[in-house]
Amino acid sequence: MRWTHVQYSSVVRGPFSPEHHSRVISGGRVGRRMPATQEKVAPGASAAAPDSGLPPAELLAAYRLMLLARATDDRCLSLQRQGRIGFYVPGSGQEAAQVGATRALHPEDWVFPAYRELAVALTRGVPLERLLDQFIGNSGDLLKGRQMPNHYGYREFRFMVASSPIGTQITQAVGAALAAQRRKDPIVTISFFGDGATSSNDFHAGMNFAGVYRAPTIFFCENNQWAISLPREKQTRSATLAEKAEAYGFPGVVVDGTDIQAVYRAVSDARARAVAGEGPTLIEAQVYRFGPHSTSDDPHRYRSDAEVAHWKENDPIKRVKDLLVQAGLLDDARDSALVEAARAQVGRALAAAEQAGPVAPGTMFDDVFATPTPRLAEERAEFENFMREGVIKP
Amino acid sequence: MTELTLVQAVNRGLQQAMRDDPDVLVLGEDVGVNGGVFRATEGLLKEFGEGRVLDTPLSETGIIGTAIGMALYGLKPVAEIQFLDFIYPAFDQIVSELAKFRYRSGGQYPCHVVIRAPYGGGIKGGLYHSQSTEAYFAHTAGLKVVIPSTPADAKGLLLTAIHDEDPVMFLEPKRIYRSVTGEVPDGDHRVPFGQARLVREGTDVSLFAYGAMIPIVSEAAELLSKEGISSEILDLRTLVPLDEAAILASVEKTGRAVVVHEAARFCGFGGELSAILAEKAFYSLKAPIARVTGYDTPFPYALENLYLPNVERVAHAVRATVRSG
Repeated sequence: MRWTHVQYSSVVRGPFSPEHHSRVISGGRVGRRMPATQEKVAPGASAAAPDSGLPPAELLAAYRLMLLARATDDRCLSLQRQGRIGFYVPGSGQEAAQVGATRALHPEDWVFPAYRELAVALTRGVPLERLLDQFIGNSGDLLKGRQMPNHYGYREFRFMVASSPIGTQITQAVGAALAAQRRKDPIVTISFFGDGATSSNDFHAGMNFAGVYRAPTIFFCENNQWAISLPREKQTRSATLAEKAEAYGFPGVVVDGTDIQAVYRAVSDARARAVAGEGPTLIEAQVYRFGPHSTSDDPHRYRSDAEVAHWKENDPIKRVKDLLVQAGLLDDARDSALVEAARAQVGRALAAAEQAGPVAPGTMFDDVFATPTPRLAEERAEFENFMREGVIKP
Repeated sequence: MTELTLVQAVNRGLQQAMRDDPDVLVLGEDVGVNGGVFRATEGLLKEFGEGRVLDTPLSETGIIGTAIGMALYGLKPVAEIQFLDFIYPAFDQIVSELAKFRYRSGGQYPCHVVIRAPYGGGIKGGLYHSQSTEAYFAHTAGLKVVIPSTPADAKGLLLTAIHDEDPVMFLEPKRIYRSVTGEVPDGDHRVPFGQARLVREGTDVSLFAYGAMIPIVSEAAELLSKEGISSEILDLRTLVPLDEAAILASVEKTGRAVVVHEAARFCGFGGELSAILAEKAFYSLKAPIARVTGYDTPFPYALENLYLPNVERVAHAVRATVRSG
């Protein structure tokens, strides 16, 4: 095999061989699924992104977001069991990847999430109350109770609205990037997706279009090792997901997704390249989904407790805590206070969200079109008549 | 006014929209240098450049997915799918994404993309260059479905589509791309959605059709008039939104209805039309509603002339309907 024509990452430079084409850009420890050939690259190795990582004060803010995401996950899993929300998709284990990536973006960048991006939404600034409104599907929900929990979107934060089909946001992010390119807006778009999505039609199409047009976009794959029950090894024969970028003519990098600084640097670098007109980057953040795929999933059917325990040794929250302790910004007492504060914030937001009333039934007919068709107006009139006469009840 | 073919009128519509609004752009397979396989985009690359006329890689989901992203960002993309038969790789993007963006975001993210696709039989295109699958799209909430049958409507409906706020499936009857010519208003000519076109006034029977069936139905009506049967013809123009008022008014007048489309009959759009008439015009009907359609087979290559509704089949159905009540 020859790789000599491939332009690889600005993060990782050097001659190519099939054994050396993807490397971890962090000093972090990685899980056992990781290929054996990864190399450590010193921070700041990139010319395009001199950024050496989040400064300590930012790191503390990032840590608090990670704690908030984790506390929300924990609470929502129990809310679902209690029947107070209908469904939930946890993201525990992926917080460093999500917060690190999002901290590297600018507010004017556009985010195209999948449905597991709670920590991304929180980092973009979406208020937790709005998210809980969406999980409940109440009258405060900006989406008007139309979508399952976790399928939210907030225009104000340039956070697109998620859907359930896998990978569809990838081509959309490329399209938005092309629109920004056409308008000469110095921004990037970023799509978030999982390892399973790399098998989807839209992953291929999006990567290909982005390569052809040098779209200012970042493909951020959170490889959490499992696509529901399918392990990463059965998703593709490729040694890494990142190396798929080579076939499309742009760099792909593997990053330890439990290392927030490594993720931040990788995304900063990709962003700098994109804004400079150098085109897209695929980033494979290797993480682990600690919980089930969703509340409808029982992971004991397909993976061992030992495997989960192994990955939890590398809990991204623990790793950031260690960094903060080393920097003298955190001790155990203060950490306990932060954890408690995050839980309390979730409790307050939930109490507020549960005060809101239900969605008004007639809104079911809104937003199908900008202006309702005569047919929709007729159906709405029939529906409201049924409601009035008690033929159907809320 | 300029005398144009239907495909030329599509071209002029695109040109007009692109001249008037820098946010309008065209993307698709072979739409640039080649001007489209039917030449609908001819000359656009030269006039507007590569930034606004994008020759895309061969991927329908890529075309529609990127068009959606462009629209979310604020551009007005007009995507060409080379043949409607090839749209299925993009079906997920169209029905799961495009059609639902406004709704699923609670109105935060309107997503206005126009998808142009030549459709229908009669060009010896076989299974995969002939189908009329408009019903798939009309069945999906959130999509408008538009089918012109004249050059003036092709331009006028296309300009309305491009300046609409919702996703539009703009299906072009390729069989009559060049066989139909007509006067087309110059400039920003727009034809509103939801208004059927009265092609011919009549008193004995109402014929409902669209696209390439309009010339067939018109010829049948001419033939029948010599037999003393007065046919009214409505060109539906837009299946969504549908001009139910005009459809019902016509049947209330004539008391008889014949629905004509080249798509397969079972669950075809004619089924919806028939149901509307049965629900809302039952007491005006003097005879059972008749449907003249393609058969419930895949589209046959060598036998397409026998598969497609023709003048004789339409006339036969009308005579039977008029005789029966």
